[in-house]
Order: sequence, then C-alpha cells, then structure tokens
Amino acid sequence: MGGPEIERLVALLAKLPGFGPRSARRAALKLLQQPELRMLPLAVALAEAARATKACGECGNLDSRDPCSICADLHRDRHLVCVVEQVGDLWALERAHVHRGLYHVLGGTLSALAGQRPEDLSLHPLLARLEAGGVTEVILALGATVDGATTAHWLTDRLKSFDVAITRVGQGVPMGGALDVLDDGTLAAALRTRRAV
Amino acid sequence: MSEPGLKLLRLTLGRFRNYASLRWQPEGRLLVISGPNGSGKTNLLEAISYLAPGRGMRGARVADVAQGGTGAWAVNGRLATQEGPTEIGTGTTDENVDRRVFRLDGAAPRNQAELAQRVASVWLTPQMDRLFLEGASGRRRFLDRLVYALEPGNARTVAAHDTAMAERRRLLAEPRWEASWLAGLEDEMARHAVAVTAARADLIAQLDAALAGGIAGDFPAARLDLLCPIAARLTEAPALAVEDWLRAEFEAARPRDAATGSAAMGAHRADLAMADLATGLPAAQASTGQQKALLIGVVLGHAALLAQARGGAPLLLLDEPAVHLDLKRRTALFAALAALPAQVFLTGTDAEVFAPLAGQATFWRTGGEGLYADPEYK
Ligand SMILES: [Zn+2]
Repeated sequence: MGGPEIERLVALLAKLPGFGPRSARRAALKLLQQPELRMLPLAVALAEAARATKACGECGNLDSRDPCSICADLHRDRHLVCVVEQVGDLWALERAHVHRGLYHVLGGTLSALAGQRPEDLSLHPLLARLEAGGVTEVILALGATVDGATTAHWLTDRLKSFDVAITRVGQGVPMGGALDVLDDGTLAAALRTRRAV
Repeated sequence: MSEPGLKLLRLTLGRFRNYASLRWQPEGRLLVISGPNGSGKTNLLEAISYLAPGRGMRGARVADVAQGGTGAWAVNGRLATQEGPTEIGTGTTDENVDRRVFRLDGAAPRNQAELAQRVASVWLTPQMDRLFLEGASGRRRFLDRLVYALEPGNARTVAAHDTAMAERRRLLAEPRWEASWLAGLEDEMARHAVAVTAARADLIAQLDAALAGGIAGDFPAARLDLLCPIAARLTEAPALAVEDWLRAEFEAARPRDAATGSAAMGAHRADLAMADLATGLPAAQASTGQQKALLIGVVLGHAALLAQARGGAPLLLLDEPAVHLDLKRRTALFAALAALPAQVFLTGTDAEVFAPLAGQATFWRTGGEGLYADPEYK
C-alpha cells in the first residue's frame, strides 16, 4: 500500500523511540491526511531544528546557542557540575527544577559488551572546566545500572587529582532505571540525598 | 487449611506448544493433570511458569515455545493474589519472536520486578531427579528460584552480577587493561555477589530451621548447605568487609581470569548441597527415590515457609512427582499437599496414582489438542 515515498517515511518514523512499524504507519497516515495542517509545518520545524541545533561546546547539551542557555545563564551556580549520561537526563533534571548548577553530558556509559570505551565518552570538556578552577563539587547522576555504576567508579578515579568534592545521587534511583523516566519527586530526592564517594 | 494467597483462576493460551488455543479455569487448590506422554501435560505447567519473569520451567528459547516453533505465542493468567486480583499476559509479537513481553493488568509493567512481586512459581521436573548428580548450575538455578519467591528483587541482583562479570571477562580479553574501568566492574561484582550470597544464605538458614522443625510432614527432612567461599566469609565478617576482600580477590585474579576467560570467584561459583537430615547421607549418594523425596520435602517446606513469611506460597508445579516414590512416600506426599496452603499442579501419565486425592483435587486430562475434566473423577 502507498508508494515508496510513504514506505520510506514509515521506515524512518519506526526508528524513533516509542515507535514501532504499526504506530509509525498510524502516524504517517495522520500526517498525510492533512498535509498542510500537520505535515508541512512539521517538515519545516524539523529542518529548522536540524539546522539551528548544536551540541554545547561546554556541557554537551543540545541548544540553538553555543554555549547553551544553561551554560550562558549567569544566575546558575557555577561551583556545581552535574554529570549525566544523556541530554535526555539533563532535560529531565531541568524539568524537575532540582539542580541549580551546570551540567556535563558524558554521552553514554562505559560498556565492554556494547563496545563503548572511555574514548567514546565526552570527558575533555569536563577536565578543562575543572582545570580552569571554580568548580567545587561534581555530582555524578548516572543511572543505577551496572554500566552507570561502573562509569561512576571510573570517572571518580579520573577526577581524583582535582580538588573537588565528588558525590553520587542517592537512593531513590532504582537499579536499571534511567534518569529520564523518573518522576520529578524521585529526581529531587535522589539529588538531595547525594553522598560523597 | 487456609486458602492459598496466590491462585491461578484462569489460564489462556494462544499458539503455545501443542495448544493452538486453550482457555482453562483450574478449579480448586490441587489440580491433577493426566494424559499420555506427549499430550501436553508438561506444556501446561510450563505455560504457568511463564507468568513469572525468567526462562520458564524448561529454560527454552523464547521463540521455540510457539506452536510449531514459529511465530508469536501468548500466555495469559488471571490470578488471585494477596494484593487482589491481577492479570498477567506474556508472549511474543510477530514483529519480534525472540523477545518476551509482559502485560500487567492491561498495561506494560515498569519492570520485571513488579511482576515478580505478584507471582512466583517453583517447580520439580523429572530432569531434576538428576539435580545432585549433574553440574552445579542446575542446583544454583533451583536455589535461586526458591530465593526469588522470598525476595523477588534478587533476580535483578543476580542479573547485575552476571552482567558485570561478562563485561569484566570482555575487558580482560583485551591486550591492555584500563585499571579504573576494571576496578569499577569488580566493585559492581563484589557488591552484587555479597548481596546475592547473603540472600541465598538467609533463605537456606530459614529453610533448614523449618525443615528441622518438621515443616515437610512425613517426608525425610533435608539439610541444605550453601557451598561458597563468600558465604563462609559472611559468617565471620560484616558485609562491607567481605566486599573489600572480594574486590582484592578479583584484582589479584586478573591474570589468571584473563587466561581462563572466566572468573574464579563470584556468586556464580556457589553450589547447593543437600543431605538427609536424619542420616547425614549426601543426596548424591542416596537412591533416586530418596533424592526425589528430599527435593519434594524441600519444595513443600519452602512453600509452607513462604506462606508463613510472606502470607503466600508460590504456585507449585510438580511434573511427574509420583515417579520413583514408593507407596509410603506417595501417601506422605498426598497428606502434605492436603495441608499445604498453596495451589499445586501435579502431572502423571496415570490418574489412578493420585486417586487418594479424590475429593480434594480436581482431575483433568490432556489429549487431542485440549484439556478436559477427567470423567473418572467427577
Ligand atoms: Zn552548555
């Protein structure tokens, strides 16, 4: 059914998180039924976002500005840097208004099985910020999975030569739960109960 | 006899093993399913075992349990639990026949632990008649199933330990090791190994005490022991000190583990020993009938213990329990089942063997493609 153009659209949609072949077909149909109202504005928004968005050179956040609006915000507490796995975790923490400092996005976790190695993670911008001074505490807000905990251990070791306190988010982060799916109250509790490592 | 806290009220199968579709209301607490070999008795028990997370009673590949070994399959169970009625669905989809998905009360559960909180099952199969003659991994799986019924969260701890171990093995296979990465994985292994071992040791201590107190009725009481250096340490030192010791052990073992491609130490090295409590005879030296009786006693004792400790016993799936049991032990089994606050599914080729349960059990027969009430035991 449809032509190759529609098949291609469905195939691309199906790769999005939360989508499968069935929901992708549903979404494509919805878009195609009212192209002026739904599809063309979406196409424009996609193109504009793709052109305007870049990774922040300081923290790794995705924003149309570089440095991003968080890094550029002078009201934020520059003594505190919260390290997260993904931009989605950063956004979850921002939505919950639980962190007043800056962020650093690692871009993943170490995983020998998935072939994710230290050189695949973004570490140098964080080291550069610590070398520049002013940061007093690094909060590790990594998932409570085996890979998250292992990465926290590795990162603690890499940061130990700096004169900063290193803390980890506390209980309330369930094992295997990514920060992104936690509710705001749980996130707040996790950050409040951070402990030194 | 109090009603069991956990009870299967309805089982629906779609394209599961030999069942194209089946809807069954297992009436009562004791259910005897008989039929010729290959008629689908064990498949029913296996289907029930899939209502809890894990690899099921046969440890089969997910795709293989579909009818004809191809396409999607589904198992749905409506259960009475301590937290009220619940409905659990599981199976595969045509889009991915290798991944088992779950539904809990019509929605995707947040995680498998949520399911494990609701339903647990423990089984004995004819293959397990050789449990104490074969390798340790089968005994460890049996033990862990008993542990999960008491502490559902332990399944994740075991999985985390094994993930950390697999990652460490992969790193050790590389020419140069990044020490702080390895140390992070060893830290994870140590934490989880200690937690797993403590839970295993705790279950065994409780079960040994209950068995020695006669909880298994007329069955020969077993004594279980956890054979594991981590467990031995835990009896002498606090958990944190044992974690420190394990981390040091892992670090020291790196060259050797790299050479063997395994880990010489860890929760995966534990073994379960079983002996006759009265005579001290180890299971491996006992007759097949004695071993089977000891195992049945352990499973019944575990169910009774859980009914006391958690208010609900797991579903008991006893595949061919009467085989290798003499008349005296069969009588003891039926007496124990009558007193047990658990729902029990029993299979046998011949319903006659279970005749003493008439009046207490409902009797069913498999054959053709279905399951029907046994006309001889209405
Ligand atoms: Zn930034």
